[in-house]
Amino acid sequence: MKFETLLRKPAEWMRSTGPSHEIVSTSRVRLARNITGHPFPGWGKHQERIAVMGIIRPIVEQLPEMRDSFSEEMTSLNAIQKQVLVERHLVSREHAAKGPGCATVMNRQQTVSIMINEEDHLRMQALRPGLQLRAAFEQLSGIDSVLEQKLDFAFDENYGYLTSCPTNLGTGMRASAMLHLPGLVLSEQIGQTIQGANRIGLAVRGLYGEGTEALANLFQISNQATLGRSEEAIIDHLETVIQDIMESERNARFRLVEEKPAMIMDQVGRAFAILRYAHTLPSKEALNLLSLTRLGCDLGVFAPEDAEIVNLLLTEIQPAHLQVEAKRRLSAEERDSLRAEIIRRNLKNLPEPDFNGIVPPRDSEHE
Amino acid sequence: MKCDVCQQKEASIFLTQIAEGKMHKVNLCDSCAQEKGVTNPTGFGLTEMLGDAAVAGTVVKRATSPTERTCPDCGFSQSDFKKTGRFGCSTCYLVFSDGLDALLEAMHKHTRHRGKVPARLASTKNMQERLNELEEGLQACIGSQNFEKAAWYRDQIARLKEDTPAAQAMSQEGAEEP
Repeated sequence: MKFETLLRKPAEWMRSTGPSHEIVSTSRVRLARNITGHPFPGWGKHQERIAVMGIIRPIVEQLPEMRDSFSEEMTSLNAIQKQVLVERHLVSREHAAKGPGCATVMNRQQTVSIMINEEDHLRMQALRPGLQLRAAFEQLSGIDSVLEQKLDFAFDENYGYLTSCPTNLGTGMRASAMLHLPGLVLSEQIGQTIQGANRIGLAVRGLYGEGTEALANLFQISNQATLGRSEEAIIDHLETVIQDIMESERNARFRLVEEKPAMIMDQVGRAFAILRYAHTLPSKEALNLLSLTRLGCDLGVFAPEDAEIVNLLLTEIQPAHLQVEAKRRLSAEERDSLRAEIIRRNLKNLPEPDFNGIVPPRDSEHE
Repeated sequence: MKCDVCQQKEASIFLTQIAEGKMHKVNLCDSCAQEKGVTNPTGFGLTEMLGDAAVAGTVVKRATSPTERTCPDCGFSQSDFKKTGRFGCSTCYLVFSDGLDALLEAMHKHTRHRGKVPARLASTKNMQERLNELEEGLQACIGSQNFEKAAWYRDQIARLKEDTPAAQAMSQEGAEEP
């Protein structure tokens, strides 16, 4: 598959139709694996990385999931193409910056992507919309089981799968979910929620992983420890915590609607008004306004199916996506202007916001 | 690993110091560390302690040449690990296993793997552990009446038995027992 074809089709998970999608935007599981007898990518020389890629890449391409896949060496992609993959969470920022001997193979639906010679020889990930951690893990574990028949994975009886960094040792698994938590942010309970998750060994990060800011009220929650608990136990624990956070978020939204309906209506209404008519929108502002519009979909101000447009926009207004759309490099000002244009165009057909679901009935005549 | 000073107790403190361009390493038990005042890392010199240890007839690897331990497979050294926080290759985990458990304990609160094992390495022992683990998860879900999750655990158990002959053989043995 060509890169242009890949770009034209939004990834399956970019549309919002997974379980619990009003709060969990995506679920992701990644496994780290290395093959024996070769240095890890960070320590090996160019030639060694190229040799490892030569061993792994054809085997990965033969996976049934990878029929008609996109498979490319990182050096043969230009800066914007690589950035598009990062913005779609299909490759890491680190991998996008890699030199010779590093490649990425991903399926047509963009739900499985396999990075070769990232920090480990293999970084495989499965992405799904909504809360589907277990399904993502099962798919990935199935792929892992096929690959292990052909590749000699580095494994130690005591330490499990051996990884370049000891923080990934054992299962080599990082499971994460992207949570949309405007209720907890607006009611100022988010700090407490993050601390609570940290205390029980889970990491909470921003939209683009480690060291990134929480934009659009999106928070990525993942397991820290990879050693000493089985994959099933790690996912089970993470999912239980996510269910708790979902419960808190629902309560927070409910309470905001009950106690501060005017504030919520104002936030959602203003957000939509700006998005609908603005002619220049910086990325951060646009993301936060889209988050509030998304909240509006969940609260019935907009139709629930409009959430799909909003979700797609979250990715499509990112800088590299805009430059692909424009087919040229854009300055920051040009990007802000194109971003506003794309948003106006996409939201044009949304009906007037309907706040009747939020306004509490004022009279009791009918009772 | 025994303490370099008393040669009796298990060492629990592993020291590395660079003095005059040479690296010195000493492994100490808690009580010897106390005695030598090692609790304050700035207030003592390893070289002096190495002298003491030598008096006690200990064989301490002295850094006479720059003989820092390196991985025979990839040439990675301990100081590379200090710099990068990452290892060079899978053999490094064997070469630099000293003190690794303490590091892992701090990172993961565990030091031993539980979970998936490549089918080619599946043994009766680790498969039994794996099945027990999944069984525990299953029972916990049944206990908390989470039947959706329980069904998932049941599927994982079935899949494990299907994928790995060792687990399969074992479950058959189990079935034959009264």
